[in-house]
Amino acid sequence: MKKQTKFVVGALIIIVSLGWLAWVGAKESKTYYHTIAELSTPKGAEARHRMRVGGTVRAGSIARYTGRVDFVIEGEGKSLPVSYTGSDPLPDTFVDNSQALVEGRLATNGTFVADKVQAKCASKYEAAPGQQKKDYENPGYSNKKS
Amino acid sequence: MDLFGSFALLLAFVCAVYAIGVGIAAILSRRPLLNKSARQAGMAVCVLITLAMGSLVYLFLTDNFSLAYVVGHSNRDLPTFYKFAALWSGQEGSLLFWSWLLSIYVFSVLYSYRAKHPELMPYVGVVLASVQLFFLILNVFIASPFKVLGALGPGGAMQVITQADGKGLTPLLQYPEMVIHPPMLYSGYTGFTIPFAFALAALLGRYPGEKWIHVTRKWTMIAWCFQSAGILLGAHWAYAVLGWGGYWAWDPVENASLMPWLTGTAFLHSVMMQEKRGMLRVWNVWLVFSTFLLCILGTFLTRSGVVSSVHAFAQSNIGPWFVGFLGLIVAVCILAFLKNRDYLRSDNQLDSMVSRESSFLFNNLILLVACVAVLSGTLFPVLSEWVQGTKISVGAPFFNKVNIPIGLFLLFLTGVGPLLAWRKTSAESLRRNFGWSLLGGLAAGAIAYPLGFRDFYALVCLILSVFVTLTIAAEFFRGARVIRARAGLNFFSAVGHLTMRNTRRYGGYVVHFGMVLIFIGLAGTAFNQDKQMEMAPGSKMEIGAYTLVCQTFTSRPEQNYTAERATIEALRNGQQVMMLYPERRFYPANEQSGTMVAIYSTLKEDLYVVYAGRSPETQQPVIHVYLNPLVKWIWLGGAIVVLGTILALLPNRQAVLVMRAATQPVSAAPAPQPVSATLRSYEGHD
Repeated sequence: MKKQTKFVVGALIIIVSLGWLAWVGAKESKTYYHTIAELSTPKGAEARHRMRVGGTVRAGSIARYTGRVDFVIEGEGKSLPVSYTGSDPLPDTFVDNSQALVEGRLATNGTFVADKVQAKCASKYEAAPGQQKKDYENPGYSNKKS
Repeated sequence: MDLFGSFALLLAFVCAVYAIGVGIAAILSRRPLLNKSARQAGMAVCVLITLAMGSLVYLFLTDNFSLAYVVGHSNRDLPTFYKFAALWSGQEGSLLFWSWLLSIYVFSVLYSYRAKHPELMPYVGVVLASVQLFFLILNVFIASPFKVLGALGPGGAMQVITQADGKGLTPLLQYPEMVIHPPMLYSGYTGFTIPFAFALAALLGRYPGEKWIHVTRKWTMIAWCFQSAGILLGAHWAYAVLGWGGYWAWDPVENASLMPWLTGTAFLHSVMMQEKRGMLRVWNVWLVFSTFLLCILGTFLTRSGVVSSVHAFAQSNIGPWFVGFLGLIVAVCILAFLKNRDYLRSDNQLDSMVSRESSFLFNNLILLVACVAVLSGTLFPVLSEWVQGTKISVGAPFFNKVNIPIGLFLLFLTGVGPLLAWRKTSAESLRRNFGWSLLGGLAAGAIAYPLGFRDFYALVCLILSVFVTLTIAAEFFRGARVIRARAGLNFFSAVGHLTMRNTRRYGGYVVHFGMVLIFIGLAGTAFNQDKQMEMAPGSKMEIGAYTLVCQTFTSRPEQNYTAERATIEALRNGQQVMMLYPERRFYPANEQSGTMVAIYSTLKEDLYVVYAGRSPETQQPVIHVYLNPLVKWIWLGGAIVVLGTILALLPNRQAVLVMRAATQPVSAAPAPQPVSATLRSYEGHD
C-alpha cells in the first residue's frame, strides 16, 4: 500500500506543477474572441486585453506600407480598420473578400493593431455553381502589376 | 461512372448492415455458417468501396466536370499526380477515402484471422462493421462525392449540366507531400479502429487470456507507425509550403492528429504491463477506447467549425452526425465496461518506485497529461464559452509551457525505463546501467554551456539526448559483444543478429533513438533567427554565417500557374554554396497564390528563404530569411522512428547459432543442438 501512496504523491506533484505551468501559459496567451460589432462599444477592461476578431476583408481596402499593412474588415454591418505590424508575411489566402481572423490589441484611436493574421477562402471552393463569379483582383502583393 | 460509384456505395452500405445483423445472430446462435456469411459480407464491403473509389478516380482522370466534387477540386491543367491529391482535398472525397482505408483494414483483419480466435472474431466483425456503417451513412446519404451538377431544364425537368472547366485544386495542396501525407495520416486514424474493435470485442465477449492484447498491440503499432509518419509529413509540408518558417503551430488540426498519437504511444507502453504482469487491464482498455474516440473527435473538430483553424475544412453539416456517433461509442464503451468490469481485474500490485512498472506508470501519466493539456487547449474557446460566457483561446505559449517539460521528462524516461528491472531495481544495477551514460550526458552539457547553450530547456534536452543515446548504444554494444565473441561475427553483423533475434526490444530502441533525434531537432528552435529585407538585384543580406546576394527576379508562365521567382546566391563564409529560387505562384484557375520556399538544408541548420512579395513602393522583391538550426534532425528522426516500428513488427528470427552458443561455454566445440523451448520465451521487451 505504501508504494502506491508514494506513486500517488509523485503523480500529484507532477500534475500540480504542470497544472501551474498550464495556468501561467494560459494567462500569458489567452485571447478573447470578439465580433466587430462588440468592438464598436468597448467597455473599460475589455478594450485592453488581447483579442481575436474575424471579418471579411473589404475589397480594395488593402494598403501595403513598409513594415505594416492596413486594411478594413467588415461584419454584421460594422467595419474595423486594422493595421498589421507582424513580421511574418501575410498568408497567400489573404485577399480582398477573404475571411480574415486578426489577433492583437485595440489602439486608442480605434484602429486594431494586429500581430497575427489568418485568412481563409475555403468558402469559395464550396460555393454553389454560378455564385463563384466574383471579382477577385489582386490576390497578393506579387500580383499587383501596376 | 457516377451512377456506378453511388450504386457501389449503396451496396456496400447494405453489406455492412447485413454484416452487423448476421454477425449478431452468429454470436447469439453460435452457428459457424452465419459467422462465415457475416465475415464475407464484411469483406465484400471493401471490394465495393474500392470500386466506388476507382470510379471517382476515373471521373477525376477523365475531367468529368458534371460532377460537383470534380468541378470543385480539379481542372483540366492540373497534373495527373495532383488529381489523386484532389480525391481527398474536400469533405466528400476525404470521407470516402477514410471509408476506403477503413475497409482495407477490416478486410485484412477479417481475412487474416478467419481461422483464428473463433470466439472473439464475430464480436470484432460486428464492431468493425458498425464503425464502417457510420462512415458509409455519411458517404451515401450525407456527403456523397457522386453528386452531379443539375439545373432546371426548359421542360421543368432537372438536367445534368457540365462545366467547361473545374475550379482547380487549392495551391497549398499542390505539393508532392500532399499526395502522401493525407493517406498516411488517414491510415493512422482509421487504423486505430482495429485495436478498438479488438478491445471492445474482448470486453463484450469476455474473451479469456491475454491473446487478444498481442493482436491489439500489433495493430496499434501499425496505426501508430502511419500516424507518426503522417504527423511528421504534415509538419514538413507546413514547413516547406506555408512559408512562415515553422513546422508546428498548435493549430487544432495538428492537435487533433497529435492526441490519438499520445494515447496510442501510452498504450504501446502500458500494454507491456498487462502482457508481463497482468496489471493495468482497465487502464489499457480505456486507453484503446480513448485513442479511437480522439480520432473521431479530431475529425469532428476539424470539420464542424467548432474551433476555428487555419487549414480546417469548410464548415459543414456533418458535425451533428459525429457528435451522435461519439456519444454512441462512449455509451457502448461505458456499458460494456460496467457490465464486464470484473473481467479486467488486475493480477499484481506495484512493488517498487524504482522499477519497470513505475517507469511505465509515469510514462503513461505524463503522456496522458500531455494529451489532456492539448485537448483542453484546443477546446479552450468552447469550454470558456460554457463556463464564462466569453470565447477565449490560448496560443502557442500555453502548449509550449506544458509540453516542453513533459517532453523532456519523457526523454528522461526513454533512457531510464527500458533498463530498469521488473518489480524492483537495486542501486547497484542503476549505477552499472546508467553511471557512464549519465556522466557522458553531463559532460556534453558542460562542454556545450560555454559554447553558448544558455537556453535552459535546450541544455537539458542536450544532456538528456546524449544520455539516452549512450544508454541505447550501450544496450546494443553489450548484446552484440556477447554474440560477436561466441559466433565470431564482426560487430555490425552481430548487431544485426541481435536486433533480428528480438525485434520487439531492439526495434523499440531504434524508435527511441529516432525520438532522441526528433527532440534534438525540436530543441534547435531555441536558436532560430530571421530577417526580412527588400532586395534589389545585386544587394546583399547577412544572416549567421551566410550572405545572400540577389541576382535577378523573373516572372514566367507554367502549366497551371505563373511563377515569380527570385534568384538568390547563398554564400557561406564567402564561398558559394547554392543558388536558391524562392517563388510565389499565381494559379489562374482559382485566382490564388502559393509560396514555394527555397531551403538549403544541412545537418547543422536550414537556410529558409521566402519570396514574400514585392514592395509596394519600390517594386523590389521582399525576401524573408530564416536560419533554423537542426530542423533536418526531425525528419531524419522521423524516418528512423518509422524504420524502428517496422523492425519491431517483424517476427523474431530464430538464430540457431546464437542460441546454441548461449547454452554452452564459449570454448565448446560447435555441435548441432536443438533450439530449446525456454529460449523462445526470451522474446519481448524485457
